[in-house]
Amino acid sequence: MRSHPMRKYLREDRLPTIFCPGCGNGIILGAVLRAIDELKLDMNKIVFVGGIGCSGRIPGYIKADSLHTTHGRALAFATGIKLYRPDLMVIVFTGDGDSGAIGLGHLIHAARRNIDIKTICINNLNYGLTGGQFSPTTPIGAYTYTSPYGNIEGFFDLCELVASAGAVYVARWTVRRVRQLIMSLKKAFVKRGFCYIEVVSPCPTGFGRRNDMPTSIDLIRFFEERVVHIKKAKRMSKEEIRGKLVIGEFIDVEKPEFCEEYHKLIRGVERGEIKVLRPHLDWLELEMRA
Amino acid sequence: MRMWKGRVDFMQGNEAVVEGALLAGCDFFAGYPITPASEIVELMALKLPKRGGKFVQMEDEMGSLAAAIGASLVGAKAMTATSGPGFSLMQENLGFAIMCEVPVVIVDVMRGGPSTGQPTLHSQGDVMQARWGHHGDGELIVYAPWSVQECLNLTMEAFRKATKYKTPVILLSDAIIAHMRENVVVPDEEEVELIREEIERSHKPIFGRGTSVHVTGLAHDERGYPSDDPNVYRKLLGRLRSKILDNIDDIIMLKYEKTCEQQDLTIISYGSSARAAKEAYIKLKEEGIRVGFIRLITLWPFPEDLLRNVINSDKVMVVEYNQGQIYHFVKAALRDVSDIILVSKIGGEPFTPSELKIVAKKIIKGDGGCEVIL
Ligand SMILES: Cc1ncc(C[n+]2csc(CCOP(=O)(O)OP(=O)(O)O)c2C)c(N)n1
Ligand code: SF4
Repeated sequence: MRSHPMRKYLREDRLPTIFCPGCGNGIILGAVLRAIDELKLDMNKIVFVGGIGCSGRIPGYIKADSLHTTHGRALAFATGIKLYRPDLMVIVFTGDGDSGAIGLGHLIHAARRNIDIKTICINNLNYGLTGGQFSPTTPIGAYTYTSPYGNIEGFFDLCELVASAGAVYVARWTVRRVRQLIMSLKKAFVKRGFCYIEVVSPCPTGFGRRNDMPTSIDLIRFFEERVVHIKKAKRMSKEEIRGKLVIGEFIDVEKPEFCEEYHKLIRGVERGEIKVLRPHLDWLELEMRA
Repeated sequence: MRMWKGRVDFMQGNEAVVEGALLAGCDFFAGYPITPASEIVELMALKLPKRGGKFVQMEDEMGSLAAAIGASLVGAKAMTATSGPGFSLMQENLGFAIMCEVPVVIVDVMRGGPSTGQPTLHSQGDVMQARWGHHGDGELIVYAPWSVQECLNLTMEAFRKATKYKTPVILLSDAIIAHMRENVVVPDEEEVELIREEIERSHKPIFGRGTSVHVTGLAHDERGYPSDDPNVYRKLLGRLRSKILDNIDDIIMLKYEKTCEQQDLTIISYGSSARAAKEAYIKLKEEGIRVGFIRLITLWPFPEDLLRNVINSDKVMVVEYNQGQIYHFVKAALRDVSDIILVSKIGGEPFTPSELKIVAKKIIKGDGGCEVIL
């Protein structure tokens, strides 16, 4: 049997993965490795960070430095890594629950800070690892174990949220659009700043089975039937866009990056070029404030 | 604790923590402001860039400790500082640092709780949280400074122990020590060169060396790979425990003073409450009363055996600013001592030496009860 061309990037002694048959995580991992391969990036200079969730397990299968953190906090761990070692590239794998619910604060603040972290959010429309409960991206009406009568809560468009929070690059694709996904990943990997790529992905086990879509084919069909490219979506009314899945590049801009700005700050302070608010903090006054 | 050669400065405890951290080589700080710890955060924001260090104000305390751990994994001498409410939010990642053996220093400047409680007033209410706040039963190291000088010294020591034992170390300061001003000897850089070298030597980055390391908070084997084998888990937890408990001689610090071999009463205290307790001890001594005084510097691991060995009195009084926390551990450690009495004060008023002296005399006479609330 011919070995998979991306296998060289994997920790073979950890295979097979824990992912269910039909899970989209493998396709996304494959796309990330292809993007790295095509760009000839040095794996010794990349730290992969995962949150908690099926998505967060991905870094553990990659033969590189990998950190499996706590639920929702991957981006905060990544912030420390990147700020201390800006020469390392930091790629975060997270889920719609991990970064859209418990870790949402870190997501929008990392975007606001515009720190150079590449975030890949696997949006499988539910909490996969814990067995299929609704997440902040679960469609209205969808059945999950914690919405047994159908979901009545509204959902986030995480791409819109992250784009307006200050990221320099935001895109969404489905797992079927691997070519575009790799294109976006490559763009993000060479850009400076907070990049967020959401991949809408099938979770047949947690989401599909409860919504009459037991296979990933059913789920991919469900996504593709709703897909609208963002260029077209911009010309559509709010009514027309309801229930659609907008894909494409949401934002692609240049902005000062946090670690670079911090580096400038250090240089400026060293050379005495930057004015300090108060060179001698008045501690007595501070105490009175306390 | 040794005296340094250096400049004498008049500063508050929070400032001394920052001095100590920088002397130890701290080059990364992530924090979120909170009274009474904010000065540490503000001073780090001011001082770190001047030395090429990195400061980041995170969006919350979960993020602060997470960022500090992340930085430590790539080689930073990392620290964060907070108070009770923020310390509660850090507990999950504190457990992570224990499980993944990440050196990091956490300063908790205690204030009155639970909840928002008494933001500007001292307490010693986080003693148990520091030890048992995270889920699971990991070991860690906790120091309690009683003076501004000790804020400096113990912060340095915290970095030494964190990097030596690959573990989070907590400095339990409180609003009294944090905002009190005292003369402090800030050691010259040459004085601390050896300590700094030691820290540098023992703290190597895990990531960024081209070695493809996996780090996970899941139970893991020697390779760092997740495992659900019960023996792997038992082995891991056993090692995490013994690396601390097998080295208590190196970790535990305690001060013991006595007037003679056999005492009528031993006073045990730590941190800011030990200040008044020590004064009371001196007054009692002057009156010719046979008394001993123990100040715990290391709270966790708890110096159980040491206490048992040194105490030579039938009566012990434990002085703390809470409703009894270390007290229970003293009781458990000193099963042979007949009277162990808690002397507690909460609300943000300090103990006075004279009130403690009166209580001590009552206890010696035998009419103290089992608990004295001042
Ligand atoms: C603090 C905390 N709360 C809850 C959990 C349980 N938990 C683990 S993963 C998860 C949700 C995962 O969903 P998502 O982020 O969408 O990732 P997926 O598994 O779908 O890839 C939850 C709730 C946890 N591990 N930690
Ligand atoms: S539960 Fe869903 S997301 Fe998790 S491995 Fe299975 S299919 Fe994939």
